[in-house]
Amino acid sequence: MFDPMANAPPLWSNGPTPGSFYNFPGPQTKPNDHFTHSQSPVTTATSIVALAYDKGIMIAGDLLASYGSLARYRNCPRIMEVNDNILLGAGGDYADFQYVKSFIEQKIIDEECLDDGIKLKPKSLYCWLTRVMYQRRNKFDPLWNNLVIGGIQDGTPFLGTVDKLGTAYTDRAICTGYGAHIALPMIRDAIEKKAQPLTQAEARALIEKSLEVLFYRDARSYPKYQLGIIDQDEGVKIEGPLSVSQNWNIATIIKSV
Amino acid sequence: MFATENAYYPDYSTKPIQHSFSPYADNGGSVVAIAGDDFVVVGADTRLSAGFSIYTREQNKLFPLSNTTVLGCSGCWCDTLTLTRILKSRMQMYHQEHNKVMSTTACAQMLSTMLYYKRFFPYYISNILVGLDNEGKGCIYSYDPIGHCEKTTYRAGGSAGALLQPLLDNQIGQKNLTKVSAESITQEKALAILKDVFISAAERDIYTGDNVMINIITKDGIKEDNFELRKD
Amino acid sequence: MSVLCPEIPTPGFSFENCKRNAVLETKGFALPKAVKTGTTIVGITYKDGVILGADTRATEDTTVADKNSEKIHYLAPNMYCCGAGTAADTEMTTQMISSQLELHKLYTNRVARVCTANQLLKQYLFRYQGYVGAALILGGVDVEGPHLYMIYPHGSSDKLPYGTMGSGSLAAIAVFESRWRPDLEEQEGVQLVRDAIAAGIFNDLGSGSNIDLCVIRKGSVDYKRTFDEANKKGVKQASYRYPRGATSVLSTRVVDIEEVAVQRIEPERMEIA
Repeated sequence: MFDPMANAPPLWSNGPTPGSFYNFPGPQTKPNDHFTHSQSPVTTATSIVALAYDKGIMIAGDLLASYGSLARYRNCPRIMEVNDNILLGAGGDYADFQYVKSFIEQKIIDEECLDDGIKLKPKSLYCWLTRVMYQRRNKFDPLWNNLVIGGIQDGTPFLGTVDKLGTAYTDRAICTGYGAHIALPMIRDAIEKKAQPLTQAEARALIEKSLEVLFYRDARSYPKYQLGIIDQDEGVKIEGPLSVSQNWNIATIIKSV
Repeated sequence: MFATENAYYPDYSTKPIQHSFSPYADNGGSVVAIAGDDFVVVGADTRLSAGFSIYTREQNKLFPLSNTTVLGCSGCWCDTLTLTRILKSRMQMYHQEHNKVMSTTACAQMLSTMLYYKRFFPYYISNILVGLDNEGKGCIYSYDPIGHCEKTTYRAGGSAGALLQPLLDNQIGQKNLTKVSAESITQEKALAILKDVFISAAERDIYTGDNVMINIITKDGIKEDNFELRKD
Repeated sequence: MSVLCPEIPTPGFSFENCKRNAVLETKGFALPKAVKTGTTIVGITYKDGVILGADTRATEDTTVADKNSEKIHYLAPNMYCCGAGTAADTEMTTQMISSQLELHKLYTNRVARVCTANQLLKQYLFRYQGYVGAALILGGVDVEGPHLYMIYPHGSSDKLPYGTMGSGSLAAIAVFESRWRPDLEEQEGVQLVRDAIAAGIFNDLGSGSNIDLCVIRKGSVDYKRTFDEANKKGVKQASYRYPRGATSVLSTRVVDIEEVAVQRIEPERMEIA
């Protein structure tokens, strides 16, 4: 490892390094099938907060799409009703989400055309999106999103997530972005403290509190949000735009020095 | 060495274009397997994590491939999902072509080939394949990410692998001991050691914790067991 | 240089190996990693004082270096300081400032104020431009009442009613943002701080083990080392005692201690000629 000769000059000036090709200076020939992939997201949406309760799934996400640190688009819904049994929430690049949304919509239309009465199930969509994200990762051209899939399958609530690499898992509570660091600890604590599954009202209160705390601490969040609910009895609905409750009383307590 | 040269002669750069996107993630997790004369036990913790956060506390990382074969995976979770899914279909294809279930030894060879197939864009997984061989003896195959395969009787892999392997060498391999017992390990002893080493791993490795999922493979099939670890 | 006058080391840090180390690093010899505290540390003010809290895990990359590390440091009888970041930096910085505060107290004959400690800490940290990697939560009670400061490695500081630092700070701040209010009772405050640290311990991999607490009131301090054991270590199932003779004996030599000669060396007189 420690080689005193490591800084020796090249074998001969302006010549090729031994073992490599000679590239003539001047106009370079480059492969013409080369194109630049998106290596970072541009217009981004922040956290998704989702959890399973006794009779269904709740997914919430705010309406802001940021352009770097600029709060640029303030009415960007990112909870999607896939069919009457599946909700999809997305964080990350908003353009990529719109692309994902369009091909899922096309998939639903294609399925409708078959007219066989069979509908896409949440686990199927989850599995399929895992493959889509993984394929794009393999092409080094990822869809820069965190997708959260919720629904009811065989009478039990299902909640799963896929990220830009194709990393996928299911859990009772899933939060992405800053939500994973700020909201998830609160939600896990609430779930663990209660022996039975949460009720819809408890789940809603928990999500509202999570979004409030996220709004205080996540600089890319927004106090206007949508809440998607899939319930065994009530079916699927997306509520909103709803408002985050805020309390800035402590701002008056803070005095420096 | 190249960097200093290219500073002088940028025209001769042979370096590839740098990408900021990384296709890999380290999702942690540990797998430990111990084989005996007529059984094999394999355990994997159920924590799925990235960076300093826990994705989920209940992720099973053991994949039964047949009644006598189980694969334990840790590392990059998206690769694990893909590899195990392909493996499952390969198992099914083999079954339908040959009208018999693939043996553990054949599985082991197939896994090695599948990993080496991705030599230049590898699956970043530490694989431990366990099962019963053709004589019904417990056997363990451990792999590196690009398909190197080694047959052993005990193995620790994943994030706490380096921590646990020396312990297994001593306790099961009876290395560095003068009084070596000739008796082979019993199922009870193997299970006790398996659970104990996970307790130790959870103490010192931040990526190991929450729960251990255990599979006990005997001629009667696969039995599952669960064991709680610390959650911090 | 005279033999009689040994060189007194210059005060402050020694930088004599910096250049050599930089060269070594280019040759592929990376610097050894320092122990980081990973950490969740928190502090709140309540009705009659401040409460500081900390977890007790110190990490070296992905392994736990210390399972019961003490992260609430003593500064003065009325002041304590939680440290996150590089373990050595938090320990040494607080020790040094603690001695300065003691001298300050003796010089002025007054109880040192929390704002003084804050000023000393931030000026010290600013001098080292963030290279002294200490993120601190300073809490104490003085004549002006309870005070809580967050001090960052680069030397900035905040005076807040509640705050968290370290890798578990986000999990812990969520607890405060949803449950902290002014004029908390001590009992409620202790519970809140416990829950904030527990949130860090269970959700942040850099934090773990036990919960330490320190309640500082006017005129009294209650340092609760291991206030709560958040995680119980699993119980081992097998015995790992080695049978007698497990280690091989390569060679044996018996030394009769009666025959060992004891030679007494008289101290030499210093040469003063």
